[in-house]
Amino acid sequence: MRWRETAVPLAIFLALAAAPFLGFGQGHSLTLLARAMIFGMAAISLSLIVGGAGLISLGHAAMLGVGAYAVVVLDHARITEAWMVIPIAIAASAAFAAVTGAIAIRTSGVHFIMITLAFGQMAFFATSSLAIYGGDDGYTLYSRTELFGSRALEGRLFFHFTCLALLILCWGLVQALLLSRFGRVLRAISENETRARAVGFEPYRYRLVAYAIAGAIGGLAGVLLANGTEFVAPAYLTWQRSGDLLFMVILGGTAGPHGALMGALAFILIEEWLAHLTEHWRLIFGPLLILCVYFLRGGIAGLPRRG
Amino acid sequence: MAELLLELRNLRKSFGGLVVTDDVSLDLRQGEIHALIGPNGAGKTTLIHQISGTLAPDSGHVIFAGEEVTRLSMARRARRGLARSFQITSIVAGFSAIENVALAVQARSGSSFRFFRPVGTEASLNGQAMEALAEVGLEHRAAAPAAVLSHGEKRQLELAIALAMQPRLLLLDEPLVGTGAEEAERLIRILGGLRARYGILLIEHDMPAVFALADRISVLAQGRVIATGTKDEIRANPIVRDAYLGEEEA
Repeated sequence: MRWRETAVPLAIFLALAAAPFLGFGQGHSLTLLARAMIFGMAAISLSLIVGGAGLISLGHAAMLGVGAYAVVVLDHARITEAWMVIPIAIAASAAFAAVTGAIAIRTSGVHFIMITLAFGQMAFFATSSLAIYGGDDGYTLYSRTELFGSRALEGRLFFHFTCLALLILCWGLVQALLLSRFGRVLRAISENETRARAVGFEPYRYRLVAYAIAGAIGGLAGVLLANGTEFVAPAYLTWQRSGDLLFMVILGGTAGPHGALMGALAFILIEEWLAHLTEHWRLIFGPLLILCVYFLRGGIAGLPRRG
Repeated sequence: MAELLLELRNLRKSFGGLVVTDDVSLDLRQGEIHALIGPNGAGKTTLIHQISGTLAPDSGHVIFAGEEVTRLSMARRARRGLARSFQITSIVAGFSAIENVALAVQARSGSSFRFFRPVGTEASLNGQAMEALAEVGLEHRAAAPAAVLSHGEKRQLELAIALAMQPRLLLLDEPLVGTGAEEAERLIRILGGLRARYGILLIEHDMPAVFALADRISVLAQGRVIATGTKDEIRANPIVRDAYLGEEEA
C-alpha cells in the first residue's frame, strides 16, 4: 500500500497547483483553497500526535493560536519580516507544546484528552483577555508578513503557492519522520507500549518530542492562518476548532499524513459546499460526518482497499 | 562457581489483602537455566513483572549483575541487559518480523532521536536483526507482517527480539505455551543452545521441557518458594510432589 501514501498526496498537490489556472483563480476560490491547505498542515501535524504517538489531543487549535498570536504580537511591535516572524512563531508554539506536553504526556487516554482540552481553554481565555491585542474582538493586522521587505504575500496567487509549498514541506517532513529511527520508535510505542518499554525505550521522551514537533508545525499553520485573513481572534483557539482538527484526522484516516491531508481537504470542501446549499448546513454536516466515521473505519485513506 | 547474575532478596508484593509474592529470595548464575514452576496463581508471572520492572515490589531487593535495580524502570533494566518475553505474546503486530527485531537492535545501538534517514535501509540494524532471526530459525519469515505469523512463529519472534537486545539475562514467561509438539521441540532445542551465553529464568508448565532444560528448579506455591534445588532434588522432594508435581511425575 506504500504507493498510495505518496501517489495520493502528489495528485492532490498537482491539483492544488493547477487549480488557480483551471477556473479556481478568483478571490473566493483561492481563499477557500488556502484555508483548506492551512488546515491540511494543521491536520498533518495533529496526525503525528494521533496516528504517530497514539495520543488523542483536544487542544491542537491552541498550537495554531499561539502561532497566529505570535504574528499579532510582532505586528503590534511593527515586526513583519517573515524571517523574524516565522521562526519566532514556530519557536513559540513548539515551546508551548513542550511545556504543556511535558505535563499532559504523563497521562494517557481520557486524561490526556482532558488535559489538552484544559490547556487549550487556558490559551483561549488568555488570548481573550489580551486587551492590547483586541481581547475578544480580535486584532486586525497592519499588513501581511513581508518577505525581505517585499509585499509579495499580499498577492493572492503568491500566497496560494506559498501555502502549497509549505504544505508539501510539512507533509514530506512528517512522512520522513515516521519512516526514521524516531518514527519507528513512535509507531512501536503507539501500537504496543509494553513491547517498546521491554526493549528499552522510555515512551515519554519520544511522545514529548513528537508533541513539540506537532506544535511547531501547528504554529506555522497559525502564521498562515493569520496572514490569510489578516485578522486574528480568540475564536481561532476554541475547543470546537480543536474538535474539527481531530475530526479531519479521523475522517481521513490515522495511518499517516496522507490521511490527515485528505481529511482536511474533504472537511473544508464539504463544509463550504453545504453552506452554499442551505443555511442549516450543520444539520446535514453532522450526520454526514457520523456516517463517514461509521462506515469508513480506516478513514478516507482506507477507502480504496474495499474495492 | 560462576558469577551471580540475578539475586532476589526478600521480595514481597501484595494486592490489597492478597499476598502474591511472599518473601521470595532466589539467585541465578551466569550460564544457568533456572526454572520456576508452580501451580497457576502461584505468583510466577507477578515475580517476573517485579524482576523486569513492570511492577514494583512492596519491599525487598532485585540485584542484577551486582547492581540494585529495584527502582529502575523497565526500559532502563532492558538497556542494562535484562530481556523478557511475555506469557501472552507481545509483538508489534503492524511491523514486519524483521522490523520487530530491528527495533530491539536500535534500542541498544546509537540514538533513536534521528529524524530523517529512512530506518528501513539501515544495513547494520537489519543485519543484526537477521542474525537474531536466523538464530531462532525464522529468517525465511523476515519480511512477513508479524500479525500473520503462526502462534509458534510469534513465540520464536519474541525470542529473537529478546536475543537482539544482546541481554545478559533472559526472563522467559512460558515460551512454550500454546505451541504444537513440533514447534515446542524446536524451541526447546533453541533454548538449550542459548544456555552457554545467557542466564535464563524460565517459567514453564511443560514438565518434560523443564526437566530437559533446567540446571536448577525453584517451586513457587502461593507466593512462596517452597523448594529450590537440582532436578533430582526437586523430583525427590515430598513437599513438591504433594503441592505440585502430583502423580504423573511420581
